[in-house]
Amino acid sequence: MTENPRRGVLVRLLRNPQGAICLVYLLLVVLVAVTSPWLAPTGPSVTELDATSAPPFTAGHLLGGDGAGRDILSRLMWGSRQTVLACLIILAVSVVTGVLSGLAAGFYRGRFEAGASFVADVIMSLPGVVLLIALYALTGPNIPVAMAAFGLILAPTYYRLVRSVVLGVRNELYVDAARVVGLPDLRIVGRHVLWAVRAPVIIQSSFVLASGIGIEAGISFLGLGDPAAASWGIVLQESFNGIYNNPTAVVWPALVISLTILALVLLGNALSDVLQASARSKPLSPRARRAVLKAARREEVEEDSILVGSSDDVVLSIRALRVAYPVGGEIREVVHGVDLDVRRGEIHGLVGESGSGKSQVAFSTLGILPREALILGGSVLLGGDDLLEDGVKMRAARGRRIAYVPQEPMSNLDPSFTIGKQLAYGLRAVTSLSAQQARERLVELLTRVGINDPGRVMGLYPHEISGGMAQRVLICGAVAADPDVIVADEPTTALDVTVQAEVLELLRELSRERGLAMILVTHNLGVVADLCDVVSVMKEGRIVERADVETLFESPREAYTKELLSSSRSVELMEIQP
Amino acid sequence: MALTLLKNLVRSLAVLLVVTFATFSLTFGNGPGIARAVLGMNARPEDVQREVIALGLDQPLLVQYGNWLKGALSGDLGASFYTGQTVTNALSSRVPVTLAIVVITLVLTAALSVLLGVTAAVKGGWVDRVLQFLSVLGTAVPAFIVAIVLVFAFAIAWRVLPATGYVSPEISLSGWLASVTLPVVALLIGSMASAAAQFRTAVLDTLSRDYVRTLRARGISERHVIFRHVLRNSAAPGLTVLSLTTFSLLGGAVFIEQVFALPGMGQLANQSAQINDVPMVMGTVLVTIVIVLVVNFLGDLATTVLNPKARTR
Repeated sequence: MTENPRRGVLVRLLRNPQGAICLVYLLLVVLVAVTSPWLAPTGPSVTELDATSAPPFTAGHLLGGDGAGRDILSRLMWGSRQTVLACLIILAVSVVTGVLSGLAAGFYRGRFEAGASFVADVIMSLPGVVLLIALYALTGPNIPVAMAAFGLILAPTYYRLVRSVVLGVRNELYVDAARVVGLPDLRIVGRHVLWAVRAPVIIQSSFVLASGIGIEAGISFLGLGDPAAASWGIVLQESFNGIYNNPTAVVWPALVISLTILALVLLGNALSDVLQASARSKPLSPRARRAVLKAARREEVEEDSILVGSSDDVVLSIRALRVAYPVGGEIREVVHGVDLDVRRGEIHGLVGESGSGKSQVAFSTLGILPREALILGGSVLLGGDDLLEDGVKMRAARGRRIAYVPQEPMSNLDPSFTIGKQLAYGLRAVTSLSAQQARERLVELLTRVGINDPGRVMGLYPHEISGGMAQRVLICGAVAADPDVIVADEPTTALDVTVQAEVLELLRELSRERGLAMILVTHNLGVVADLCDVVSVMKEGRIVERADVETLFESPREAYTKELLSSSRSVELMEIQP
Repeated sequence: MALTLLKNLVRSLAVLLVVTFATFSLTFGNGPGIARAVLGMNARPEDVQREVIALGLDQPLLVQYGNWLKGALSGDLGASFYTGQTVTNALSSRVPVTLAIVVITLVLTAALSVLLGVTAAVKGGWVDRVLQFLSVLGTAVPAFIVAIVLVFAFAIAWRVLPATGYVSPEISLSGWLASVTLPVVALLIGSMASAAAQFRTAVLDTLSRDYVRTLRARGISERHVIFRHVLRNSAAPGLTVLSLTTFSLLGGAVFIEQVFALPGMGQLANQSAQINDVPMVMGTVLVTIVIVLVVNFLGDLATTVLNPKARTR
């Protein structure tokens, strides 16, 4: 978004219909609170005989009168003063206590953090109202003190929030830099950390105020409030006690309390939409999604095909693939019409910088794009079937004919199941093997991928094995059902250098043994030179150059490829000379 | 694993001591006030003085707390300043009422919110939007207002269920069911809305994990991915949601008991606090904390059992 983020918040909040309505309503409540001494038809405790339990819309008493003959509208208007005051007390106490202790705990850590976190845990697990009731024994009907105490009870929500943000910010470069320059701690805190926590604190405040209104009304309703002061909770309690005489009287306080809480909750949601409108894309509504896809189909895709080699022996071909994501109200296309053929036994490198769209191509071929992704067009052809056209065919091919080797081995194993179990689930999902047969097959395959005691490893949980071993397990899972194509997404990036070489060697051997075609997504040109037969270079969602591996390294055509090659060489030089 | 649980136990005891002491300190110091309230406003000063000593309210704070703690350890929580009824006796009739409502609500919340949360997360689209909207609505309206609306509806407009009052299950099981139905519904709406939203988040979080993508890529059916892997991995955050729900239900029950005139623990706490009946207040606070700690402990235990990392350590 091009808007100035600082000035834009209020503007964007007002443009968000939900945010605008809530904000206007809440401002109105505050306005009534401020002006009620002048605007309210009568004082809060003025009694009139003819107003006793008067129904609503009687002359002079718009919302009727209560059992004591007081005008309900006036009492609610006066009551908003109590409510706003209670909210201010809660907010001030909880923000000050929570933010300060959170800042200190996150910044200085150590014993203070341990102690404060313990207290926060204790407070959060106790039902606050029980403590407030106990407090009543000490203070009597004293709403300001009760609200201050409730502020303390709510402070842990700020504490946790601020502490976690500070812990994140603490290690970030800009705080380190500030420390090197020699700024005192307080200034570091003031400048950087408070700036980082402001958005979550503002959002949280909206929810804290919502629960503040609820608790103020609640404890007044319990009879712990000050009956002399007309607060919304008191009005509610009195109307409720007279519910059999004047049932409608209870509607107004209940309505005004509920609406105000609702407005604060919705405002909090709107605020978090506006303030935390991150680059993360959200799924479109089904209707918007259909519209985008329909519009995309109408567009003419003009792509000059740069396929090389003969077309026989092709196992998998991708044609004119276009992938997009909805980002902040617009549709951002990240893959613009990619063509790619993989032949039997061929290892096809797909290289490019991060963000070039190479992983998106890989995920598309497997139908495992995130839910919010939009495939605007194109096809993935496997043995004559278009997998993108037909979800049933995609699901039938996935795991059986096309398999996937992921990037980060540890996060790609389900932490709650043993290696043996999750491999067997996968294998049995795509074959008709019995549990016993699946186990035998897996023992054999695990041995093949270089795991020496497969029986023991199958009984282990993912956190009990090393990254290299996990990647072998995942490769085993990929080849278990004897697929034709493997899509490997940066299969060695997360591994140690020595393990990398072994895993690459394993992939090469498997490809040769089984005549496997492989799409190898990587940013590492060393891996490409080592393993690939054909290379496609991707830049900004397009394939800019494609050649067999010798040609590409010896005489790159495109300037971008040359740049990529030279930068990877300089990285290698840097690694050699530490 | 045993060590972790032992640590939790020690911690729980520390919390118990800290909170009861803090509560005790809050109620400390108003000896003559309490004595006058017990004897009535026209009591003579010397009688008040005698009553202060009789109630033990002239002792220093630590001595009073020590006496209370000693009694509590042997199961004696003292007696009401006013009626002389023992606290354990009062609690034994009050706690089951509150617990029944909280437990029934909790079970229903667990079942319904898992169902709704998982549906919203997995289905997405308009189902998700509608459920999210309802959940905001349900979370925003406080339980006691829902309760008032229910009383309004059932006491005034539609007299199918008793709007207020309580029937003991020993007297009539169907009467008991009828008397707890509205309180449970009042509590359920808010707790279900907030728990379902949290379950939804937990399931969405699990769904976004790398291994879910890999499981799908391995050809495992969506049904199995969701019901075997995603649910299993969302169970630990789900348990946290349920233990937090229990705590908020205990708090909510205080209001609900007031609205429906139920003779529960919250009502006892409220009435006792208003007349400064310290032993009763302490008794209800103690029971509440013990419930909270037991739930916490069970939650930790279940999380440990569910998490292979904690289990195999």
